[in-house]
Amino acid sequence: MKFGVIVFPGSNCDIDCFHAVKDILGQEVEYIWHDTKELEGYDCIILPGGFSYGDYLRCGAVARFSKIMDAVKVHAAKGKLVIGICNGFQILTEAGLLPGALVRNINLKFICDTVPLRVESQDTPFTRLYNKGEIIRIPIAHGEGNYVADEETLKNMKENGQIIFTYTNNPNGSMENIAGICNEKKNVLGMMPHPERACEEILGNTDGRRLFESILLSLEENRKHE
Amino acid sequence: MNNSYKAVGLTEKEYKKIIEYLNREPNELELNMYGVMWSEHCSYKNSRALFRHFPTSGERVLQGPGENAGIIDIGDNQAIVMKIESHNHPSAIEPYQGAATGVGGIIRDIFAMGARPIALLNSLRFGNIEGSERVKYLVEGVVAGIAGYGNCMGIPTVAGEVYFNESYNGNPLVNAMCVGIIDHDKIHRGTASGVGNSVMYIGAPTGRDGMGGASFASVELTEESEEKKSAVQVGDPFMEKLLLEACLELLETGSIVGLQDLGAAGLTSACCETATRGEGGMEIDVSKVPRREKGMLPVEIMISESQERMLLIVEKGREDEVRKIVEKWGLHAVTIGKVTDNGRLVVKDKDEVVADVPAYSLDSSGAPKYYKEYQEPLYIQQVKRLQPESVPEPKDYNETLMNLLSSPNLCSKEWVYKQYDHMVRTSTVVKPGSDAAVMRIRGTKKGIALTVDCNGRYCYLNPRVGSAIAVTEAARNLVCSGAKPLAVTDGLNFGSPDKPDRFRQFRESIIGIGEACRELDTPVISGNVSFYNETETQAIYPTPIIGMAGLIEDIDKHCTMHFKDEKDVIIHIGETKEELGGSEYLSRIHGLEKGAIPKLDFGTEKRHQAFILSAIEKGLLKSAHDISDGGLAIALAECCMEKELGIKVQMESMLRTDVVLFSESQSRFVVSCSPEALTELQRLMDLQEIPYEILGTVESEDFVIDINNKNIVALKVKDMKEAWKGAFQCFMK
Repeated sequence: MKFGVIVFPGSNCDIDCFHAVKDILGQEVEYIWHDTKELEGYDCIILPGGFSYGDYLRCGAVARFSKIMDAVKVHAAKGKLVIGICNGFQILTEAGLLPGALVRNINLKFICDTVPLRVESQDTPFTRLYNKGEIIRIPIAHGEGNYVADEETLKNMKENGQIIFTYTNNPNGSMENIAGICNEKKNVLGMMPHPERACEEILGNTDGRRLFESILLSLEENRKHE
Repeated sequence: MNNSYKAVGLTEKEYKKIIEYLNREPNELELNMYGVMWSEHCSYKNSRALFRHFPTSGERVLQGPGENAGIIDIGDNQAIVMKIESHNHPSAIEPYQGAATGVGGIIRDIFAMGARPIALLNSLRFGNIEGSERVKYLVEGVVAGIAGYGNCMGIPTVAGEVYFNESYNGNPLVNAMCVGIIDHDKIHRGTASGVGNSVMYIGAPTGRDGMGGASFASVELTEESEEKKSAVQVGDPFMEKLLLEACLELLETGSIVGLQDLGAAGLTSACCETATRGEGGMEIDVSKVPRREKGMLPVEIMISESQERMLLIVEKGREDEVRKIVEKWGLHAVTIGKVTDNGRLVVKDKDEVVADVPAYSLDSSGAPKYYKEYQEPLYIQQVKRLQPESVPEPKDYNETLMNLLSSPNLCSKEWVYKQYDHMVRTSTVVKPGSDAAVMRIRGTKKGIALTVDCNGRYCYLNPRVGSAIAVTEAARNLVCSGAKPLAVTDGLNFGSPDKPDRFRQFRESIIGIGEACRELDTPVISGNVSFYNETETQAIYPTPIIGMAGLIEDIDKHCTMHFKDEKDVIIHIGETKEELGGSEYLSRIHGLEKGAIPKLDFGTEKRHQAFILSAIEKGLLKSAHDISDGGLAIALAECCMEKELGIKVQMESMLRTDVVLFSESQSRFVVSCSPEALTELQRLMDLQEIPYEILGTVESEDFVIDINNKNIVALKVKDMKEAWKGAFQCFMK
């Protein structure tokens, strides 16, 4: 399987995602520069964390205009997998691939910590190896991870099972304790916590590993059906 | 002779020296260039003469002091690049930007050597936080500034220290350290070699910000300092991230001969330093320098300290190749001059020569060098006197311990380090909150341990021994992580060198550091001097901050300070003596900052450190923690916090109870081992004549200490943790 990690100017978790795929999953992975226009041949696209374009405006507000984003939209429209982590999640909401928005943390401070999450759905290509209701511990590191959406959107997301991860002890003020969501088709996932930081014993946490393994399993099954 | 030299911070004698160099009077631009370059901040004119006390070489040293940063070998063709730098005065008047640009500057020093920055550390000092709105404002701003810059750069901030003391009222200390990794064959230096090679400028355009920052850093802070806000630069971490990636990509091409960041004294410093290290000369045209403001004069362009700029020395004919890579990162590279060998730094404005001086004369090699007068401060004799009997023993040790745990200097600093991304790059194995940070080196079995340390109160009471203790304590922190200490970078923060009593503190401190570094075989490979840390009323405590790096050969064998499992055996290594002088206990509980500080015996220190390291490497220890501020009781408490485990400790002692619990005698550790490992551990300790006492066992939730069969402390770890963790937040309210 072939993964692509998009590099925007200011991305800084690109290397971490790259190593998670290469060293943990043992899969092929490439960095993709933001001015690339096509995404042919990739099975899964990762939008990594960081501060794209410095994030001096709203986070992700500039990155959504990158050339690569049109290609990401095409990739997603084909039903292929896209995951946005942290800044990647912010970019996906700015680009309209996921509903809602992320605003400043309620305490107005950057928070770096490892926090408990509840897996709300295992019915996605990203979470099938977790159990629904399971509590996992995943690091967060963001200043703007406070998820907001209008009531209608929240209602729809709940009905469609689009809320994938919630905080058990809300650190940033997110509505409905939301930590991660997906689109209606469930092929695009956005989450503020960093699963790529929780994949190795030496780092003291492997709770994020099953997310990457879920993706691989889903891709392998898809390939069999093709 | 006009006396315009005063306006740029020079003396009449120095002005005459300039005339000697030039055989004429300098023009305004030249005078300003000398003014910034001969400031203490750039020339070390008052401190340089003492650096001979430092050991700076060793078989692992690949680059000692004098470059952008020092480099130390860690084997397998890999090396660690490190440096610490202060940004005290800017942070005093503009805490967010002052601290942020301090971080930015030190990162550039690291990648100027060709290294990939992998970790940031910081050491902070503020005035008394309890009840001071100003101090809270400074803490809030400084921490946010460090976070804002480091987080955006994607470099984890992995360790640090924060202390509060009256002496830093009005003059906080903000020292930032950066560590990078590099292959031996990729090391670059800030050298302008190859006559005819191009001098290129990349990064942010030059503005009027940070005018004369180096000179500003070289005077005392006064009420008028607030008006010097224009001397504080504004940081743009996104620009720096682009600059970093562009530079590292450029270095891969082999087209770069030399690389230098534009820091203090801006273009002036970068040009004369690279020229002096290389062929000796350089010619640049200021009209080609990208500017962000209209109508800037050559002098403004030459001394601006705008951030996020680099100077490249590029092989002639390869400028387009450089331009192309730089443009990929959305930046511009402009050729502003060329390397010459006539020994002159010539500055042109289009065709007109606006400055022409011997390059080396600006640099520290040509700057004045002073042997300052020194004299023992009056207070030294007074503060030595402390009658132990005059210190009343606490009646309730539960209360005393809780008070200490929730005091500004001993409480958890989680409020601070939670704002720093300490996990990005997924290599942080031991996070902030243990003795030292541990980073794995990806693709190898190795790891490095990093720490910063200094007890300013010790250095005030006894500058020489206090400074030596800063070195040995830093080493102890690394050893407790399972690392062999390798090298030191020092951030020397002192008062005015023009006052003999202050200068003696500095001199004594340098001698103490030098002695300790020689004893521990940890050479000083880089550093920074910050003088004039005083306000109109007082000087800071002498604060020589020691940044240290160590090597762990097998990362799987690293160790942390936290107790791991119930029934593990707790052992106290070393000897407790009646040494309450200068202790945190005396300061916090009795309001006394006096007495003789603990003695330091290098022989004992080295033996104990070697033992701890070998025991960790043999896998005999489950935890190791050095005993420092707050003594044995605080060390034990700190070991319990992470896993909320308790202790049952029984001791015998002839000493006073407060001495047993809170004395800060040196060369001591608290370790734990499994019951099965105890016999072997005891055999080794007996064999090596290591003094030790088996204290008791790790328990589930109660923190119990009995001395001479009498219960002294009985607390719930849950309550202790709550007080310890929550205290900082309360101070900030």
